[in-house]
Amino acid sequence: MHVGVISFPGSNGDHDALHNLESDLGVQVRRVDYRETSLTGLDAVVLPGGFSYGDALRCGAIARFAPIMTHLQAAAQDGMPILGICNGFQILCEAHLLPGALLRNRTLRFHCFWTYIRVERQDSSWTSNLTEGEILRLPLAHGDGAFYVGDRQLAELEENGQVVARYCTAEGAVTEDANQNGSVANIAAICNEQRNVVGLMPHPERATNELVGGGDGLKLLRSLLLAVPA
Amino acid sequence: MAALQQRWIVEVEVMPKRGVNDPQGDAVLSGLRQLGFAEADRVRVGKLIRLDITAKNEDEARSTGQRMCERLLANPVIEEYELVVHANDQK
Repeated sequence: MHVGVISFPGSNGDHDALHNLESDLGVQVRRVDYRETSLTGLDAVVLPGGFSYGDALRCGAIARFAPIMTHLQAAAQDGMPILGICNGFQILCEAHLLPGALLRNRTLRFHCFWTYIRVERQDSSWTSNLTEGEILRLPLAHGDGAFYVGDRQLAELEENGQVVARYCTAEGAVTEDANQNGSVANIAAICNEQRNVVGLMPHPERATNELVGGGDGLKLLRSLLLAVPA
Repeated sequence: MAALQQRWIVEVEVMPKRGVNDPQGDAVLSGLRQLGFAEADRVRVGKLIRLDITAKNEDEARSTGQRMCERLLANPVIEEYELVVHANDQK
């Protein structure tokens, strides 16, 4: 299996993703430059975290127009598993591959700590190795992580089962205190209607090995081995 | 005779939509209150984007600005915007 990781100017999670997908998940990886115009030969794509274009205007607003994005749109329609992590999530929202937007954390602070999320759906391309109700412990690092959609669209997301994970306590309770960035309905991850495109704020690619403090991210990424036949 | 190209300034005011949390505005409000401005009831923080545009007339400058907003400058999920167009008198 070949997984591409797109590097935008200002991405900083690309190297973590490339290294850990290769060494801990055991797939073949390719760094895809944002100026490339093909995703041929890839079975899945990761949009990494970071600060593409220095978060100018809005997080992800400029990266959305990178040459590779046209091809990502087509791949998304074809059902390719696509994962946006942190800034990657923001880019997917700006590109309308996912609904909603990410706003400034309600604390106005940059959040950098480990968090718990409760898996709500296992029928997305990136959660098939998990079970509903499973609790993952993952690191996060963001200033603009408050997921927002209007009330009507939130109801739609809930009804379609597009809420993939929510911030929770260590015991799995979805509480206001666990929702530190102020996301609507504690949403930490969502997917598109086709369920192949997933965006999440915490960093599974930085939790693929007990050596770095936890391996729950690897459990999530292993879903890829189920989604794409080897 | 072809219309002359003229220079315009398009100012785009982008604001968080009603109902969208604005923690920055809340922080500014609490700062004003601490300074004793009890009159301040509500603060919303947005941004102003000033564009220098070349266009035949004001309408064209406005519609170009409008298209820029739709494509890039504002995100309708969380923001609303207003345009003000005036002639650019600077040499």
